[in-house]
Formats: sequence, C-alpha cells, structure tokens
Amino acid sequence: MNSSRRDMLRGSAVLGLAMAAGLLKPGSAWAEWNKAAFDTKTLPDAVKALGGASPAESNLISITSPDIAENGAVVPFTIESKLPKTENVAILIEKNPNILAANFSIPDGTQPWVNTRVKMGQTSNVIALVKADGKFYYASKEVKVTLGGCGG
Amino acid sequence: MADPMKIRAKMDGDKVDVRILMAHEMETGQRKDTQGKVIPAWFIQNVSATCNGRTVLSAEWGPAVAKNPFLAFKFTGAKPGDKIVVTWTDNHGDKRTDEATIATA
Repeated sequence: MNSSRRDMLRGSAVLGLAMAAGLLKPGSAWAEWNKAAFDTKTLPDAVKALGGASPAESNLISITSPDIAENGAVVPFTIESKLPKTENVAILIEKNPNILAANFSIPDGTQPWVNTRVKMGQTSNVIALVKADGKFYYASKEVKVTLGGCGG
Repeated sequence: MADPMKIRAKMDGDKVDVRILMAHEMETGQRKDTQGKVIPAWFIQNVSATCNGRTVLSAEWGPAVAKNPFLAFKFTGAKPGDKIVVTWTDNHGDKRTDEATIATA
C-alpha cells in the first residue's frame, strides 16, 4: 500500500472536518488577500494594515498619469520608484470608497516599475506608497476626473 | 471559465518587458442594477507571474482596478524563449492561468 496516498487521504479527511466545523472558511486557502488593508479608508490606516507606520514623503517616487482623466473608469498609472530595495508598490486613491486599489510585491530582479489602470470615483489625490528596505515612503498627485468610474 | 489573457513579453535590453491584458468584469460592489439592488463585487484579488519557476511579480488587487485589467512590468534574469506564466484568482475562487514565450526585441 502506498503510504503517501494514505496520508493524503487522512489529511483531506481532517481538512474536511475542520471546514465542516467552520474552522477554515472555504476560499481562505487559495488567496492570501489582505482584506484588512483593502477595507481601509485613509493613508495611515492603509499603511498600518500593510504592516508599517508613518510613511515619509519621497521625491524618488514618480507617478505618471493624465492630469485630467476624462473617464474615471479607466485611468492609466505608471508608478516608478528609485528608492533602493523597493519591495512593494501600492496605488491608493484618496477619495475612492476604499483607499487601496492595488498592491504589488516586487521581488529581486524585477524593476520597481508598474503600469496599470484603475477606477476613480471622483477627482482625488492619488498616492503611490512604496515599501523600501522595510520603510514606507509615498508620493502623491492630484488627478481630475470629469466622469466618475464608481457607481453608475 | 474566463476568457484567456493576452500576454506579450519581449526583451528590452537585458530586461523583459511584460504586458498583460486580462478579461474580467471587475465589478466593484458599489453599483446598483435597474431594480436598485447592489450588484455584488466580483474582481481579481491575486495575480502572480512566474518565469522559470521564479516569481517575478505578485499583486493583490482591490475592486478599484479597472475592468479588463491591464498590467505591465519589467524584470531581469530571463532570455528569449523562456516561458512566463501568469495566474489570477478572483473573489469567487475562479482561476485562470496563461503563458507566453519571451520574444526577442
């Protein structure tokens, strides 16, 4: 008898029991999604939920985006960090219902440069939050929105 | 099952320039339908990209990422012909994995 198969069966039985008992919510296994961080509404709260405190403003972070976005449903952003040892880049929209839009982890060998598109409910400050060498830094830029992208 | 992603990866000097276009509704959970009922949130939560078994980017997304998300990034340490594999998972637990071969510049 293949012993690893036995172990596997036993393991899944235990897992099944744990699920039935409500110990493990189905779904919690596949995503290590930081719900607390995505529920935050302000920059200090978001930084706290991401495991930091008191971010410092930095001019080594650049945000490239249109100054006026005609359509808030699709606003392109390029975030670049020149800070050494950049580990994380996050995009925060101050006036969206939840401030955190996206959080990217940058492993070694990947450039601290991301380009993506986000939704903006209204004209707002956009904050690029960067974690470099264990510390948090940010830069912000106001983007005007003529047509909102949240709600309809 | 969701539609496939469009992935383009090509060399840019010693870096690999990756562009990904995903097909996803990215519903925020803020909108209401014609009956005034809230349309439940449905969005991609996790994205990861690997090349030769090495994670080159991972991301956590909220519902504020635009519909049919576009993502571009650059990394080093790969050569033309290597495969890049991108996976996303949404808040329904739906998953999609696609791969592309890195092209010469």
